[in-house]
Amino acid sequence: MVHAFLIHTLRAPKAEEGLCRVLYSCVFGAESSPDDGRPHGAERDRLLRKEQILAVARQVESMCRLQQQASGRPPMDLQPQSSDEPVPLHEAPRGAFRLAAGDPFQEPRTVVWLGVLSLGFALVLDAHENLLLAEGTLRLLARLLLEHLRLLAPGTNLLLRADRIEGILARFLPHGQLLFLNDQFVQGLEKEFSAACPR
Amino acid sequence: MFSAGAESLLRQAREIPDEELKKFCSRVSKLLQKEDVGPEAIDALQRLFLIVSATKYSRRLEQTCVDLLQTTLCSPACPEQLQLLCAAILRERSPCDSLRLSCEHVQNARQLSLVASVLLAQGDKQQEVRSVGQHVFRVLESRQPEGPSPRPLLPVVTKVIGLAPGALQEDQTNLLSKRLVDWLRYASLQQGLAHSTGGFFSTPRGRQPGPVTEVDGAVATDFFTVLSTGQHFTEDQWLNVQAFSMLRAWLLHSGPPGGPGAPDTDDRSELEGSTLSVLSAASTASRLLPPQERLREKAFEYCQRLIEQSNRRALRKGDADLQKACLVEAVLVLDVLCRQDPSFLYRTLSCLKALHARLCGDPACVRALLPVAQFFLNHGEAAAVDTEAIYQHLFTRIPSELFHSPMLAFEFVQFCRDNLPLFGRSLGILKLSFPNLFKFLAWNSPPLTSEFVALLPSLVDAGTAVEMLHTLLDLPCLTAALDLQLRLSQAASERPLWDASLRTPACLEALRDSRFQGLFQHLLRAQAAGTTERLAPLHQLLQPLAGCARVVQCAEAVPTLLQAFFSAVTQFADGALTTQLALLLLERSDSLFQVPQYEARVHRVLSSQFLVLCKLHPSLVVELAKELLEFVGSGRGIHGTGSMLTSVVWAIGEYLSVSWDRRCTVEQINKFFEGLEALLFEVTQSRPSATLPKCPPQVITVLMTTLTKLASRSQDLIPRVSLFLSKMRTLAQSPATSSMHGEEDAGAVRTRATELLNLLKMPSVAQFVLTPSVEVSQPRYHRDTNTALPLALCTISRLAEKEAGLLPG
Repeated sequence: MVHAFLIHTLRAPKAEEGLCRVLYSCVFGAESSPDDGRPHGAERDRLLRKEQILAVARQVESMCRLQQQASGRPPMDLQPQSSDEPVPLHEAPRGAFRLAAGDPFQEPRTVVWLGVLSLGFALVLDAHENLLLAEGTLRLLARLLLEHLRLLAPGTNLLLRADRIEGILARFLPHGQLLFLNDQFVQGLEKEFSAACPR
Repeated sequence: MFSAGAESLLRQAREIPDEELKKFCSRVSKLLQKEDVGPEAIDALQRLFLIVSATKYSRRLEQTCVDLLQTTLCSPACPEQLQLLCAAILRERSPCDSLRLSCEHVQNARQLSLVASVLLAQGDKQQEVRSVGQHVFRVLESRQPEGPSPRPLLPVVTKVIGLAPGALQEDQTNLLSKRLVDWLRYASLQQGLAHSTGGFFSTPRGRQPGPVTEVDGAVATDFFTVLSTGQHFTEDQWLNVQAFSMLRAWLLHSGPPGGPGAPDTDDRSELEGSTLSVLSAASTASRLLPPQERLREKAFEYCQRLIEQSNRRALRKGDADLQKACLVEAVLVLDVLCRQDPSFLYRTLSCLKALHARLCGDPACVRALLPVAQFFLNHGEAAAVDTEAIYQHLFTRIPSELFHSPMLAFEFVQFCRDNLPLFGRSLGILKLSFPNLFKFLAWNSPPLTSEFVALLPSLVDAGTAVEMLHTLLDLPCLTAALDLQLRLSQAASERPLWDASLRTPACLEALRDSRFQGLFQHLLRAQAAGTTERLAPLHQLLQPLAGCARVVQCAEAVPTLLQAFFSAVTQFADGALTTQLALLLLERSDSLFQVPQYEARVHRVLSSQFLVLCKLHPSLVVELAKELLEFVGSGRGIHGTGSMLTSVVWAIGEYLSVSWDRRCTVEQINKFFEGLEALLFEVTQSRPSATLPKCPPQVITVLMTTLTKLASRSQDLIPRVSLFLSKMRTLAQSPATSSMHGEEDAGAVRTRATELLNLLKMPSVAQFVLTPSVEVSQPRYHRDTNTALPLALCTISRLAEKEAGLLPG
C-alpha cells in the first residue's frame, strides 16, 4: 500500500537559490510513534511527519536532477510549449529508490517518482509493492492532475485547489490503495469525478 | 507552473500572524454556519488548508472553527467538495490531541471513508485504528443489497489491517472472505447501463448493453476480471476491481501465521492433507470448503485467468501497461497461495513454466520475469525445478541488454538483495555475474550505490576478488563504454538513451576497431573471466567521454564502493590474497581513467586501505619489497596529494623489520634506506623544478620518520640519518623554503627533524619508540597512530634536553 503521496517543486539543474518546496502531501495512516506521554507528543509527531515528507522530496529532486544531467538533456522547460499538447509522460524522467529503516521512515520503504516539467510527483510505498502498478498509478495521477487542474496554463497553480486534488486521490488512490484500473474504468471514474467536482 | 506568485503565496500562508488567523477562523465559522454553503466557503476552506499545510509547525485554530469542520464533515447532506476540504484540513492537523471526531454515527460509506482517513492519521495510541476497523465492518455487514455501494469502505479495511493486524476478529475475516469470493468470481458479465440523461427523447430501454469484452476487443470468454472492459460498469464489477486490488494483502493477513517460514510439522501435515485436497480440487464449486480455502481456490482461478488474458494484444496502451502489472500481481498472489497451501503447487508449476518460457522471448515483459524467478526461488526445491537454468538466463542476458532502464535496474538489484539467503547453490552464478550486475550500477549510480554497498559483501569471493577490484576501479570506464555501445546499437528513430549533450564522440569508431576489440569485450563481459586485462589503452581512447555527467556520477560513487569492497574482503582474505590486493593497489594507483577529481578521491581510499591490508598481513611489505622499492624510486606517488606515497612509506617504516617478518634482512633495510634517502633528497631541492611539483609536507615528514625508523634497526645508518636530518632542519629554517612551502609546513618539518635528531641521540630508546615489539602495540596505547609517536617523541625530547644539561659533553 501507499504510505504517502506528495507533489513538490523541481528546480532547474543549475539553480542554486531557492529551496525544494512541498506543494501538497497526503499521508495515509500514521506510523507508530514511541509511546510517550509527553505533553507535546502530537505536535512532535506531526513535525516529524512533515520533515519525513520534506526529506523524501529533497531526495527525489536530487535523483531527478542527476538523471536529467546524466541523460544530457537540456534543463527542463519551466513553461511548456502549449497548454493543449499532452505532456509525454512515458518519456518523463522517473525512477525508484529505497529508503532504509529509520531513514527517514521507521520501516524500510520504496519511493517511486516522476518528474513533469517543474513538478515532482512521488509515492512512498511499503517495501515490497508491485512497482509496475505503482508506476502506472503515479503516471495516471500526474496526468489527471495536469489536466483537471489545468496546470499547463500559465498562471495557475495547485496551491489553492486542494479539493480537486483530494477528489482525485479519493477515487484513484483511496486510502493509499493501488487499484488495477483499465482504461475504461479510468474514464468511468473521471466522469464521476467531473460530475462531483465541477469546474 | 510554479511561478514566483506561488512562492509568495506559500510565504504568506506560512507567515500569517496569529491574530489574523484568529479573525480568519471566525470568518470561516460564519460561512460554515450559513444555511447555503456557497463558493465563498469553499474558497475560504481552500485558504485554510493552505495555511495549515504550508508549515511543519502546528498552527492554532479556534476550537469553534475546528468543531464546525467536524460537524460539517459528518453532516449527511453536505456537498462532496466541502466534505473533502474539511477532511483534508482535519487530516493535515493530525495527529492532534484536540480532535473530537468519531465515526460512530456516520452511515454513509463515502463520508465514513473520509472520516476514517482523518482518524487513521491520528495514530494508534488509543486503539483508534481498531475502533475504526470495527465500525467500518459493522457498516459493511449491515449493508442492504440494494443500498449504496460499500466500495469506498474496502480500502479502509485494507489500511486498517495493514496498520493494526489484530483489528478484525476471525468471524469478521471469514465474512469478508466470503464476500470477496462473490465479488471476485461472480461479477456480472454484462456491461453496465449508461446513466440516462433523461429528457423527452431518451428511451430507457433503447439499447441493451452488450457483454463485456477482453482488452483486445473480443467478447469475454470467461468470468469478469480487471482486464475485462466495457463502456460502463455495474457496481459488482467495480467491487471486482477493488477485491482484486486488495487480494494479496488480504490473503497475507487472513492466512496461516508464520508466512514463508512455517514450522515443519505444519508443512508435513499440510502436504499429507493436500493429497486428499488434490483429489477434491477438481470440484471447484465445493461450498463445503471453509471460507479461507474457498477464497484461495477462487483467487487461484482468477490469477490463472489473468495470466491467460495478459497474452492478448491490447488495443490501448494503458491496457497494455495494466496487463504487465496484472501479470506481476498474479504471480505474486500465486506465490502467496503456494506458501499458504502447498497443494496449489503442482497446478501452478506447469502454468508458470509456460509463462516463463513465453516471457523469456519477449523483451517488453522483462520486469514480469523477476516475480516468476522469485517464485521458483521460493518453491523450486519442493518442485524440483531446474533453477540454475533460470538464473543463468536472468543474470547473463538481461543486464547486458537492459541496463539502461532505471526501474528494471532497481527491481533487479532489489531482487538480488532480498533473496540472498535463498540462493543456495545458485549463489555461485550470482557471484560470477558481477560484471553484468555492475552494468546497472555503472549506468545508474545515484539510486543504486547504497543497494550495491549492501550487496557487495555477498558478491565478494576469494576467487574473484582481484578481478572485482579491477572492475570497480574501471567502473567509470565501463559507463563510457556502455554509452558507446548504446550509440552503435540503438535504432536511429528511438529516443536516445545515451548522453544527448555529446554529439558523436571520435571514439565511436574505436568500438569497432579490431585492435581494441579484445579489451572492449573484456570490459563489457557478462561473467567473471578469471583473468584481468590492463585497460590503460581504453582509458586514453575513451577520454572524450570522461567529462560526461553520467561518467562523473559513477566516478563519485566508486570511493564508497571501494570502502564496502575492502571491508568485505578483509573479513576472509588470507595472506596470499592480501598481498595480491596490495600489489594491485600499487599498480593501479596511477593507471586510472582520468575523470575530474577521480584520481584524488580514489587515492584517498586506496592509501588508507593499503594500510589496512598491511596491518592484516604485515609480511607483505617484505614479500613485495621489490615492487615497493620500485614504486618509491619512480617518484610516481608524488603527484597530487601524495597520499599513496605517504601510506607506502609509512608502511615500510612500520613493517620492514625482523619482528614482523623473519625474512627481513639488513640488506633490504639498507636498500630501502638508500631509495628513500634519494627520494627525500629529490623532493627537497630548494630549486623549484618544473617536473617535480611542490611536495606536501606530510610526505617529507613521513620520509624523515621512516628513514629514522630504518636507521634504528640498522644502526650503522644512524650517522647518515643524523647528518641528513640536521641538513633538513637547516633547510626548513631557510627563508626560501618558508616562501615555497609556507610557514606552518616549514615549521612542522623543522619540529619533526628536531624530534628525530633528539631521539637518535639515544639509540636504544629510539629503537623502543620506533620499532616497538608486538606486545607493546596494544590498541589501548596506539589506537591513533598519528599521535602516539609524536607524543613519545615529545617526551623523549624533553628528557633529552634535561639529560643534555646533566651529562658531560
